[in-house]
Amino acid sequence: MRFNRSGAPRRLKLAAIAGLLFLHLPLLLIFLYAFTTEEKSYQFPPPGYTLKWFSVAWERQDIWDAFMLSLKIACIATGAAIVLGTLAAAAVARTRFFGREVLSLLIILPIALPGVVTGIALRSAFDIASIPFSFWTIVLGHATFCVVVVYNNAVARLRRTSSSLLEASLDLGANSFQTFRHVLLPNLATALLAGGMLAFALSFDEVIVTTFTAGQQETLPIWMLSELVRPRQRPVTNVVAVFVVIITFLPILMAYYFTRGSETIAGQGK
Amino acid sequence: MNTRDASVTPARGGVWGRLSDLFYRRPAILLALLLGPPLFWIGVVYVGSLLALLVQSFYSIDEFSGRIVREFTFKTYLELLRPSNLDIVLRTVLMAATVTVTSAIIAFPIAYYAARYARGWVKALFFIAVMLPLWSSYLVRVYAWKLILANEGVLNWGVSKVGLSPLIEALLSLPVIGGPSLAFSYIGTFLVFLYLWLPFMILPIQAALERVPVSMLDASSDLGARPGQTFRKIIFPLALPGIVAGSIFTFSLTLGDYIAPQIVGSSRLFIGQAVYVHQGTAGNLPMAAAFSMVPIVVMAIYLWIAKRMGAFNAL
Repeated sequence: MRFNRSGAPRRLKLAAIAGLLFLHLPLLLIFLYAFTTEEKSYQFPPPGYTLKWFSVAWERQDIWDAFMLSLKIACIATGAAIVLGTLAAAAVARTRFFGREVLSLLIILPIALPGVVTGIALRSAFDIASIPFSFWTIVLGHATFCVVVVYNNAVARLRRTSSSLLEASLDLGANSFQTFRHVLLPNLATALLAGGMLAFALSFDEVIVTTFTAGQQETLPIWMLSELVRPRQRPVTNVVAVFVVIITFLPILMAYYFTRGSETIAGQGK
Repeated sequence: MNTRDASVTPARGGVWGRLSDLFYRRPAILLALLLGPPLFWIGVVYVGSLLALLVQSFYSIDEFSGRIVREFTFKTYLELLRPSNLDIVLRTVLMAATVTVTSAIIAFPIAYYAARYARGWVKALFFIAVMLPLWSSYLVRVYAWKLILANEGVLNWGVSKVGLSPLIEALLSLPVIGGPSLAFSYIGTFLVFLYLWLPFMILPIQAALERVPVSMLDASSDLGARPGQTFRKIIFPLALPGIVAGSIFTFSLTLGDYIAPQIVGSSRLFIGQAVYVHQGTAGNLPMAAAFSMVPIVVMAIYLWIAKRMGAFNAL
């Protein structure tokens, strides 16, 4: 048999499709359970369907509070990550300096190490420095692992941006800031946006580090975790779960949209 | 003297212009300004925290007063070597290894199909289908398995419809991996981990396979290799760096997770749970710190072996 370019062997195709179904059917199941009339158990198939839980969830102030907190944290952590990630990417992509490899390793560290290590390390550091747990300790934890996402996107884009573009701008009399504003930033914008979107999704649903860096604050994932450990109103949890899936899927789809087809190198070929 | 000082253009005016000239003449200043904030955040705040954690693991706890004794000692690490603690480490590492191997087997066909045969919108669909679960909804995805594995849930319903219930019962009656029900057994925990980390295995394998030229496979079959031989001698060795890269994620993530085994699994602890329990309810921060050094050391050894095998050369 030749490895022809047209059709895949049937067994390979089936295995691939089965794998993707394994990845996505469980999520669809949650959508189904958000409409169930059964309150006390996870009975399948659901005995009946209702939209009631969506309005019940809508009325719950604790869910709204948790949601708003998560939203605020995700926005601020993403902002910090965009600034720090871009700065680090600019330093690593444009120049060679002592310890450059170490820096790129350091930035990846927060997601390469298990979340529980990052969480407890930050917690014990806050303890030692006598910093009380607050909104800002959560933000600090989130920004730490969000930097790498923005950094990765920005470094990839900077490597593909031809340096002659920047030189041309400088030759034509623009200063560094004008060059950044009018040449580099437009080139980098979609990569930063994509990185920011992913960082937002990551932060919005982070729970492992958050349990260590949060005091009394309850983010939406922490609210969900407490519902999973001690269920109160299961269908409401299902509705929130559906909501979390949608609100994290949207930025990821946008990130994909912003970076697709960016293999072409800006400033070359024309 | 720097040759850049011999500028042919006149100096720029204004504050911004002069700053620009300065950056151009002395790139080190610009570099320092760029590096300062991220280096402070990651290098000082984050690495500082990790070092503080390391220091804590060399403290010990006074068994009578429950207070932390701030003196250098190996006592906490010796306690880590107790059989009950070694059990936790062994259990976690075995789970991580099983999850890694299984996810490589399931990920391979998906990655191979996406890299070799998928084109156009199908390829985009594959990519998005893997990206979405990779980046999001961690807790929701754990929760989904609580629904699936519940006694009254979809799995038992489906299994009893096709008359395979005895099979599940036989599986659950097995020593060690069995339990009262799927949701309270290692099998359940394993399924959740597999489900959670599978996307992390697919993408690197796909990236490795994208780089294998089709002509190489054609050459192999032209020279008389059967498909199985081509797979063993060409495709698999070339995909191996991708598998190793993916395994770094699946292994590390399983080692440190403490939420999935808490929600789906038996009551026996994994490393992440041990860290959480020791720092929280037990208030034994030195022990928690020592436990959290385990995944770091295991990952360091893992990366070292991977490097020795030359797995990084092709990356």
